[in-house]
Amino acid sequence: MTTDTAPKPSFWYRLAHPGQFVALTRPWLWPLTLITVALFAVGLWFAFFNSPEDYQMGDTVRIMYIHVPTAWLSQFVYGLMAVSAIGSLVWRHPIADVSMKAAAPLGATFTALALFTGSLWGRPTWGTFWEWDGRMTSTLVLLLIYLGIVALWRAFDDQLRAARVIAVFTLVGAINIPIIKFSVDWWSTLHQPSSVFTMSGPHMPPSILTPLLVMAIAFTMLFLTLHLKAMHTEVARRRLMALQRQAAQTGKTA
Amino acid sequence: MIDLGPHAVFIVSAYAGVTLAVVALIAWTLFDARRTASKMAALEARGIRRRSAGPAA
Amino acid sequence: MKAFTALITRELRLSIRTGGDVLTLVLFFVMIGVVVPFAVGPDRALLGRLAPGVVWIAAFLSMLLGLDRLFRADHEDGTLILLRHADLPFSAVVAAKVMAHWIVSAVPLIVASPLLAVMLALDGAAFWRVVLSLLVGTPALAALGAIGAAVTVSIRRGGLIAPVLILPLAVPVLIFGVGAISTGPGPDLSGSALLFLAAISLITLALSPFAAALAISSGED
Repeated sequence: MTTDTAPKPSFWYRLAHPGQFVALTRPWLWPLTLITVALFAVGLWFAFFNSPEDYQMGDTVRIMYIHVPTAWLSQFVYGLMAVSAIGSLVWRHPIADVSMKAAAPLGATFTALALFTGSLWGRPTWGTFWEWDGRMTSTLVLLLIYLGIVALWRAFDDQLRAARVIAVFTLVGAINIPIIKFSVDWWSTLHQPSSVFTMSGPHMPPSILTPLLVMAIAFTMLFLTLHLKAMHTEVARRRLMALQRQAAQTGKTA
Repeated sequence: MIDLGPHAVFIVSAYAGVTLAVVALIAWTLFDARRTASKMAALEARGIRRRSAGPAA
Repeated sequence: MKAFTALITRELRLSIRTGGDVLTLVLFFVMIGVVVPFAVGPDRALLGRLAPGVVWIAAFLSMLLGLDRLFRADHEDGTLILLRHADLPFSAVVAAKVMAHWIVSAVPLIVASPLLAVMLALDGAAFWRVVLSLLVGTPALAALGAIGAAVTVSIRRGGLIAPVLILPLAVPVLIFGVGAISTGPGPDLSGSALLFLAAISLITLALSPFAAALAISSGED
């Protein structure tokens, strides 16, 4: 068996080398950025210039075009973190660790934005900025879980050990996601029930559905771009910490 | 800009808040990357390199 | 089974020997009941309406602040590593510790709760519901707390992070715990709230030792 005839390692194996990962994915950054910008441009044009006002809510329906995407992202990012957590625990995949750590602050921000936009939408629509109903409470709980995870990352000295422990905690906290999703169905509340992902298809007219979907994809691409960039930074940061440790050991201080 | 109706202040503040947060996220991500890279460059300039990086140029 | 009971006995004996901080937590619990009437005024009707929530917040805080004692002492002197490699499965070890922790931390609170109920102007029927809801709900707090303690055991000053981590997950316990005492105006749903609370306690008691054991094992090299 020579280097030519040896079997090639699988995609995930090759991806596991942090340097390889960065080299492989760096060319994706600019295309992702451009796609994100384009989608936002199209989405915002739709949102403000090419969509009708809702017959019940008036123009405030335009808040939905940023509220629903950020709310969807808050759960999607946690799902991504949970999948990364499994990769970290089961396969000890180094990039899974990095992915988990990079996603947490982004997810926290989007959750906070979901609460913020939802609150501003609730005031003119239902008359109140906040209500302790099922979905709002469980989304607030989600924000607290995100922030707890961010705090945990900062509290550990050894980041590799931190990754595995935080992975366990992330999976424990994942119970909250189905609660959020179904809270509007289980408890009759202020928040409107699901209208996009239902068994009989979307309940919205296309003129409102289209901007919504475009903005949702735009926000998702934004997250993916930022996430990838943050992963590159995290790989570089770990390399930096290793070098600093090495420098301290050999006594070469500034 | 089209007329945003009687509740325009809520719509505008929602979009403004989200824009601010998104811009801040992007700025922080880029700043963090640049800061880490410059620290690496500083170390490298002092001659501390990774074992696989080979001798300094 | 012998190893399991031996572990619980060990924990209880150690706690009795070091005793001091348990008393402190009970004092903390009772003091919240003392402080609240000063804060909101002595109006009995108002106090009576707030009482279920206050009792549960007090129990919450006392149990969450006492979380550190679950694993930290054993972690610091190396016993935790020994227990990990014992014959008894590590999740059983954790379960034993959770039970001992409940006996040491929660039972004194339950015993002290009538005092709190009296100070907060709770009437006759609600009085016993307070004790019952704490009895049924504090195991869930102990079990969930074990997860927080396990995740933060290797952090040097991690004692304060554990309550912050567990609080979001324990919100349902709080909601149903208060509901089991009184559900406010309207039909009396406290019975079904109590059943929900019991369900949460049983599920968390069953599952959290595995999660906590996994967290501790993952945190070791």
